[in-house]
Amino acid sequence: MKKDFSQNLGFLGLFLCMVVTLLALGAIIYFIAVRGIGVLNWNFLTQVPRSAMTAGGIAPVIVGTLYITFGAIIVALPLGLASAVYLCEYSPKSVVVNIIRISINNLAGVPSVVFGLFGLAVFVKFFGFGVSIFSGSLTLGILALPMIISSAQEALIAVPQSIREASLSLGATKWETIKKIVLPTALPGILTGVILSIGRVAGETAPILFTAAAFYTRGYPKSIFSEVMALPYHIYALMTEGAHPDKQRAIAYGCSLVLLFLVLFISGFAIFLRQRQRSLHG
Amino acid sequence: MKRLRFKEKLYKWIFTILAFASLFFLVGIVLVLIKEGLPIFQKVSFTKFVFGRFWYPTYNPAEFGILPLILASVWVTLGAVFVCVPLGIGSALYLNELAGPWQKAILKPIIELLASIPSVVFGFFGMVVLTPFLQKIFHLPTGLTALNASIILGVMATPMVCSLAEDALNYVPNTFREASFAVGATRWQTLTQVVIPAAGSGISTAIILGMSRAIGETMTVLMVAGGAAVIPHTFLEPVRPMTAAIAAEMGEAPMGGSHYHALFAIALILFVITFLFNIIAEIISRRFRIKLGLSG
Repeated sequence: MKKDFSQNLGFLGLFLCMVVTLLALGAIIYFIAVRGIGVLNWNFLTQVPRSAMTAGGIAPVIVGTLYITFGAIIVALPLGLASAVYLCEYSPKSVVVNIIRISINNLAGVPSVVFGLFGLAVFVKFFGFGVSIFSGSLTLGILALPMIISSAQEALIAVPQSIREASLSLGATKWETIKKIVLPTALPGILTGVILSIGRVAGETAPILFTAAAFYTRGYPKSIFSEVMALPYHIYALMTEGAHPDKQRAIAYGCSLVLLFLVLFISGFAIFLRQRQRSLHG
Repeated sequence: MKRLRFKEKLYKWIFTILAFASLFFLVGIVLVLIKEGLPIFQKVSFTKFVFGRFWYPTYNPAEFGILPLILASVWVTLGAVFVCVPLGIGSALYLNELAGPWQKAILKPIIELLASIPSVVFGFFGMVVLTPFLQKIFHLPTGLTALNASIILGVMATPMVCSLAEDALNYVPNTFREASFAVGATRWQTLTQVVIPAAGSGISTAIILGMSRAIGETMTVLMVAGGAAVIPHTFLEPVRPMTAAIAAEMGEAPMGGSHYHALFAIALILFVITFLFNIIAEIISRRFRIKLGLSG
């Protein structure tokens, strides 16, 4: 009897932990959705900011976010895919491979603001790319690298060993097998990882603070070497800079909702795809 | 034939070289932090920098003591641990031991999805909702405090801790549970005396990685911690963690000046801390896998 009581109490505690976690995170989404939805309309999404950021829309901000995010993926994808192919297909079990694995894990754990400083010192100053889409994309690309590697690795490991052997036994070389058999089979998994990384990168703020973002630029970015407005930085700047806190706060709600929707939609799509792939492959 | 073999070798080399990218960037980050950070120690000794009690980088003469910033980071991170460890691990235990297949199939992706909410959104929520709330109930001059940052950071790290802990619990072989039931233990006894100890090191890895994430998190603390660079006495005071100091001050610090170098030195210290956390997590999780008879 006493055993049953402590068990029930314990299980209730665990259940409450789950409920509180979901409620806390749900409350954040709920508050931002409820207060942000009133700000959203067609003009907000398609017009440029007006009257010192107190009116108009956020179209250039959304476009800026897309530029930086896709730039980052263009940087990270080839490097990440190559690393994953090396680790899964070529790597002999050796000290070198262990060092690479450890550096990937540690790169994934570097605080995002440190990436920002690295980008500032190297891309903005040393190479002289300035505060620009280019610098920001490179910085975020390095941040996205470990994510791309680990999801590509997962996709490559899921490719059955038997079809590699079948290809090799037909006389195909290693590279032919990778190019024509392994990569096409792993492609859906790799793409899912890319989409998931897009979701993560789009919301990153600290790395672009000193490498790409500006509070206000006139209209849309003109080239990859221009400063850019980006959603996550815009939210921060609206809350901490500028001369009209009240009007800016309303726009910040709108920006937060747009960013939240963008990130949750992209990540949700990727998680859904991965769930389906996993159940297909057992 | 010869050409073919050359091509094979060429591709192998290309992949090998590109695979070093992560190591290259990691070393690059360290070198940049050292190069830009070390010059500050020509002005201030290392002990005075780390244990100095005053952070007045823009005064004349300037003071570069980062003890208030370090303590702020420690406080806020420990505060976050009080939130994310019970919630994250409790949720993981619930998912692993109590939730049915349907609940699992729905809750696991939801937790993962919640982990992708951008930090700036958490910071924004902290500013507009939690700040006025805390200010009211504690009658504070400002709601932007260490407590606020701890709560937000803790909630933010919870999904990650939960996912990692759940993975660790999944590694515990079912035979362990069956053996425990076979000798007459209840589910609760099995959970507390067999499953949790077996997954213990995996769970501690989750906690360490959660802490590493919390101490390196920038935007939330920048927005809600309040920003006062003084040594904190209670959780109800505004503080300025290391990441917030870097993010807030780098924009104004003149390039190549002492302030600039000092901020890089803070980043170097931060990097070393998170690096140690990650290495410790790696070692523990490797031992954990070996203990449970899984391949390292």
